[in-house]
Amino acid sequence: MTNSTPAFADGGKTHIGQPMDRVDGASKVTGRAIYAYEHQAEGHIAYGYILGAGIARGRIAAIDTAYAEKVPGVLHIMTHKNAPTQPAFGPAVTPTVRDVFTRARPMLSTDEIRYFDEPVALVVAETFETARGAAGLISVEYASEQGAYDLRGHLASAYAPQRTNAGFETDSLVGDFEAAFAASPVKVDAIYTTPYAHHNPMEPHATLAVWSGDAVTIYTSAQTLANFRAGMASTLQIPAEKVRIVSPFVGGGFGSKLIVHPDTVLAALAARELQRPVKIALTRQQMFANAGHRAKMIQSVRLSADREGRLTGIAHDVCSATSRFEEFCEQTAVFGRSLYAAPNRMTRHRLVKVDTNRGEWMRSPGEAPGMLAFECAMDELAAQIGMDPIELRIRNEPAIDPERNIPFSTRNLVECMQEGARRFGWEKRQARPGSVREGRTLVGLGMAAAIRPNYIGASEARVRIDGRGKVTVQLDMTDIGTGTYTILAQIAASSLGLPVAAIDVQLGDSNFPRTAGSGGSWGAASAGSAVHNACESLKQKIVASAREAVASPFYGLSNNRIDFVNAAIRAGGRSVRLADLMALVAPHGLDAQGAVEAAGDNYRNYSQHSYGAHFVEVAVDMDTAETRIRRMLSVIGAGRILNPKTARSQIIGGMIWGIGAALMEESVLDARHGHFLNHDLAEYHVPVSADVPDLNVIFLGEADPNANVLGSKGIGELGVCGAGAAIANAIFNATGARIRAFPVTLDKILPALPVHASLADGS
Amino acid sequence: MKPFTYQRALDAGDALAGVAAGRNAKFISGGTNLLDLMKLEIEQPAHLVDINRLPLDRIEDTGQGGLRIGAQVRNSTLAADPRIRSGYQVLAQALLSGASGQIRNKASTGGNLLQRTRCYYFYDRNMPCNKREPGSGCAALGGFNRMHAILGSSNACIAVHPSDMAVAMSVLDATVETTDIDGTARQIHIGDLHRLPGSTPHIETDLRYGEMITAVVLPPAKQGRQLYRKVRDRASYAFALVSVAAVVDMAGDTIAAARFALGGVAAKPWRSPEAEAFLQGKKPSAQVFEKAADAALANALGRGGNDFKIPLAKRTIQQVLAAVSQRG
Repeated sequence: MTNSTPAFADGGKTHIGQPMDRVDGASKVTGRAIYAYEHQAEGHIAYGYILGAGIARGRIAAIDTAYAEKVPGVLHIMTHKNAPTQPAFGPAVTPTVRDVFTRARPMLSTDEIRYFDEPVALVVAETFETARGAAGLISVEYASEQGAYDLRGHLASAYAPQRTNAGFETDSLVGDFEAAFAASPVKVDAIYTTPYAHHNPMEPHATLAVWSGDAVTIYTSAQTLANFRAGMASTLQIPAEKVRIVSPFVGGGFGSKLIVHPDTVLAALAARELQRPVKIALTRQQMFANAGHRAKMIQSVRLSADREGRLTGIAHDVCSATSRFEEFCEQTAVFGRSLYAAPNRMTRHRLVKVDTNRGEWMRSPGEAPGMLAFECAMDELAAQIGMDPIELRIRNEPAIDPERNIPFSTRNLVECMQEGARRFGWEKRQARPGSVREGRTLVGLGMAAAIRPNYIGASEARVRIDGRGKVTVQLDMTDIGTGTYTILAQIAASSLGLPVAAIDVQLGDSNFPRTAGSGGSWGAASAGSAVHNACESLKQKIVASAREAVASPFYGLSNNRIDFVNAAIRAGGRSVRLADLMALVAPHGLDAQGAVEAAGDNYRNYSQHSYGAHFVEVAVDMDTAETRIRRMLSVIGAGRILNPKTARSQIIGGMIWGIGAALMEESVLDARHGHFLNHDLAEYHVPVSADVPDLNVIFLGEADPNANVLGSKGIGELGVCGAGAAIANAIFNATGARIRAFPVTLDKILPALPVHASLADGS
Repeated sequence: MKPFTYQRALDAGDALAGVAAGRNAKFISGGTNLLDLMKLEIEQPAHLVDINRLPLDRIEDTGQGGLRIGAQVRNSTLAADPRIRSGYQVLAQALLSGASGQIRNKASTGGNLLQRTRCYYFYDRNMPCNKREPGSGCAALGGFNRMHAILGSSNACIAVHPSDMAVAMSVLDATVETTDIDGTARQIHIGDLHRLPGSTPHIETDLRYGEMITAVVLPPAKQGRQLYRKVRDRASYAFALVSVAAVVDMAGDTIAAARFALGGVAAKPWRSPEAEAFLQGKKPSAQVFEKAADAALANALGRGGNDFKIPLAKRTIQQVLAAVSQRG
C-alpha cells in the first residue's frame, strides 16, 4: 500500500494511512465494551419478551392473556387491546426518501397481521425467563387470510415503483437497446435468481429504555442514531429532544440497525407504562421476521456485443419481492449505469407485493445481488466469444460516466484487474471449463469487477482540548465493528499533531453532534471530514489564543506559519509543547465544531465510485459437487486508505459475504405459510472459518480529491460487490456448470458433473 | 420455556427413582439439543433429572477385545481416545465432523444417540408435525424438504436423524446398553435403537419411558480400512446432506468384507445388507461400486426438494468404497 501526501498543512507526521490496531480492541476483548443488552439502569429493570404471530396475513380474532397474567412475576402484558395510542403506520410509500428513516413504527396497535411473527403481544416480567414462559401461555385465535408469498407465482402483478432505494430513478434508457440486441451477432440473455437473505449480525437487536419524566433514554444497538431518535420521537409522539439514543458499541449491523425495530419501540412503550426500565432483545429466530432482510429477486441480464467484445447493448431488468405494507425497492441495477460503456442501455426495477415484513438495506444494497448476476453475465459473454474476461472488461471501459455523461473522479478499475491478474497468476487459467483436474477434484479460476458509489452525508463533530492538552472528540457517529473509533482518533491526531493516544473519541450518544451515522459506506468520509474540520477549527482557536494571551510565547506573533507537530506548536523558530501552551493561554480549555455538507458540486460534477477486482480459485469435488474456496484476492482502488488494517478487515469481511452469497446463504420462505423456515444460525448458513481460506487484499495507492477533504472513499460494502460472481465464474471454469440460481449449492452443480469414472482416476 | 423441577442424580438408582416419580420427566445430559427444544416448548418436561454426574464417563476394555463407552463420555473425549483413534477411526472421524468444538465438549454419547431431528417444521410450533403433535400432519411433505429422508420414510414423516456418531456406530455394529426404570439391564443392537416413522413418527426409539442408556459397546476392532465421509453445504458446522461410514477388509485384490452405513438419509443410520453381501468376494471396480450403490438406494424415494440426495448418496458411496478398497 502506498500513500499519497496528506492534504494537511501542518507538515508533520501523519497518522492517517498507518495500520494501527483498534483503539477499542482491548476493551472489546476484555469485556469492558458495553453492548445494548448489557447496559444497566437505576431502578429495577423489567424484562420483555415478544410473542409473534403464527400466521402471515389476517387478523387476531381473539387473544387470551388470562393464564399468562396469573404467572408470578409477570408485570404487564401488552396487546393491541391495551397498547398505548400511537400514530397510524401510514402509506406503503413515504412522501420522501428521508421519511422512511423517521416515520412512526407503531407496534401492537391494531388486530391486523401483516407478516409472520409480527408482534402480537409483549410480556413484561421480573425476569426474562418468566416473561418467555408466560408468553407461551397466551392463546391467540386468528382469522387467517390467503397471502401472497411466492415471487415467481405473482410476476403478473409486478409494478414499477416511483423510485428505488436512495431515490434513484426506477428506469434508465439510453439509445435503443432492443434494436441493438436484435441486430447483434453475439448475445447473452440470462435469468438469474437471488434469494432472500438475512444480515445476522452477531449482536441481536436489543434495547433498554429508561424514562425520566417526559424524556426517554434508549440504550440500543444502532447504526444511525439520528434515525432512531427521529423514529422514536415520531412513534412516541414526543419532541426529538426528549429522546436520547445511546449506542457506544454495536456488534455488527450490516444495514439491519438503521431504523427502529420492535425491541426499541416496545421497550419504550412498556417502560413508560410501567414507569420502570424495560429491556427487550429479539431472539435470533425473531430477527428473521423483525429486523429486515434482503428480498428475493429475479434478474434478467441481456448483453449484446460485436465479435471483438465491444458491448453494443446492456439491459438489466430486476423484479424483486416487496412488502405489501411498506415498499422497499433495492437499487439492484443502478450500479450498471456507470460500469461499462455501451451505446444502447436500459435498466428497470419492478416489484411484486408479498406478505412479508419490509426488506431493508443489507450490506451493498443494489450491488450485492445485482453484481452477482451482472458480473456472471459478463463472464458468459467472455466465454461465448472466447475472450479473456479481463480483456472483455477493458474493451468496455468507459471514458466518462456512460449515463450521466460526466467525468469520473478517480477510477482505476482496469488497474485493479491488471494488478490482480499479475499477483494471482491469472495467466495460468485454462479458458476451457473442466480442464484442470487434481485427482477427484476440479479446479477453476474466476474473476469479477467491483464498483460501489461513493457518498458523503451531512455531519458535525465537536472537539475539545483541555488546559493540559488532552483532546476529546464527540459526535453521534457509531462504530459498528468497522474501526471508526480508531480512524477518527487517527484523523484528529494527524490534524492536531498529537499522538493517537492523546485523543479520546466518544461516539454513540445522540447528545453529541449529529452525523450521518454508519451506513452506505459513508461513515468514514462523513464523520472523518467533520472531525478533521473541527480539529482545523480548533487549531485556529488555539493559534488565536496563543497570539492574544500576554503570557504566551507567541504573543503578538503575526502572519507566521504555525505548525502543530510532535505534540507541540512551532512558529518563528520556537517550539512549545501544546500541553504547556494550553496551560498558559487557555487553562479552561477550548472547544470547536466542525461540519461537512451533504454531497455537493463534486458529486454532481463527478461520477464517484470505489472500485475493485476479485480473483478466486475454487475446488469442486467431482463426485459430490462440494465447492470449497482455495484462495481469493481482491485488489481495491478506493481513494486514500485511512487505516490499512481496519480497511483490510472491511474488505475481507465483504469477500466472506461474497462466499456466503455465492455458495450458501439463503433464507427459505415457505410459499404456503409465508415464514422463513431456516431461521437460526444452524440452518441459515454463513461461511465458517473452515470455508474461508487465506484471503488477500491489495490497496492501490490513490487519493480522490473530489471525494472529501481526506481523499478517501467508502470501503464498507465494496468487498461484497462482485465477490460472489467471481466465485460462480470460477465454478463455471472448474466444471462447465453455469448456475444462475443463487446460492450455488451442490445439488445444482451435481447434474452437470460426469458420473463416477474408472477407479484409475482416483488420486 | 415451561417451568420445570430439576434434580441432580448421583447414581443410577437416584436417576431412575427421579423419572419413576412422574410420567413427564426427562434425563438431561449435555443438553445441547434438549435445552433448545425446551426453550421453544417443543419439549415440555415437568421434571429434569440431570445424569451428568453418574459414573458413566469411562471408556473401558470389555475383556473380549471391544470397548465399553460410558453414556456420559463427551463426544470430544471419545474422539480423542487413543483406542478409538487407532481401532475405530471411522468413529473418531464421524465425531469430529459433527457440530462444533464447543458442542462436542458438552454433548454426551448417550445424548448424541437420542438427539432429535432438525426438520424445520418440527421446530416451528405453528406448523403441523406428526412427530411433535401426532395426527396434525406433515408440513415437510409438499414443503421445503431438501434435508429430508430418502429411505425408510412414510407419508406421516420424512425427517432424518442428524447424528454422525450413530452412523459410525452402526457400521461398527455397536450395542447400546440400557437400564430400565425397574433396574433391569438390556442390550439393544444399534440398528434396533431407532425406529422408522411408519404411522407413529413421535415414537423415535425402542426405549421405554424412564429407560436410560448407560453405555455403548463396540465389538473388537474390525479388520480393514475405515472412512467417514460427510457431504454438507459448508465445511464445518452443518448437518450431513449425505454421509457414508465404511469399513472394508481386503483379502489380496478381493473384498473380504465390506460394511457401510448412510447418514442424513433416514430416521436412523441406514445399512444395506444387500449391498454389503453383493460386495463380498468381489474385485474392486467402478462397476462393482456402482452396483453396490444402486442396491443400497434401490428403494429410495425423493420428495421433491431432496431428490438430489439419491444420486448424491450413490456417488458418495462409490467415492468412499473406492477410497477404502485401495491396495496398500
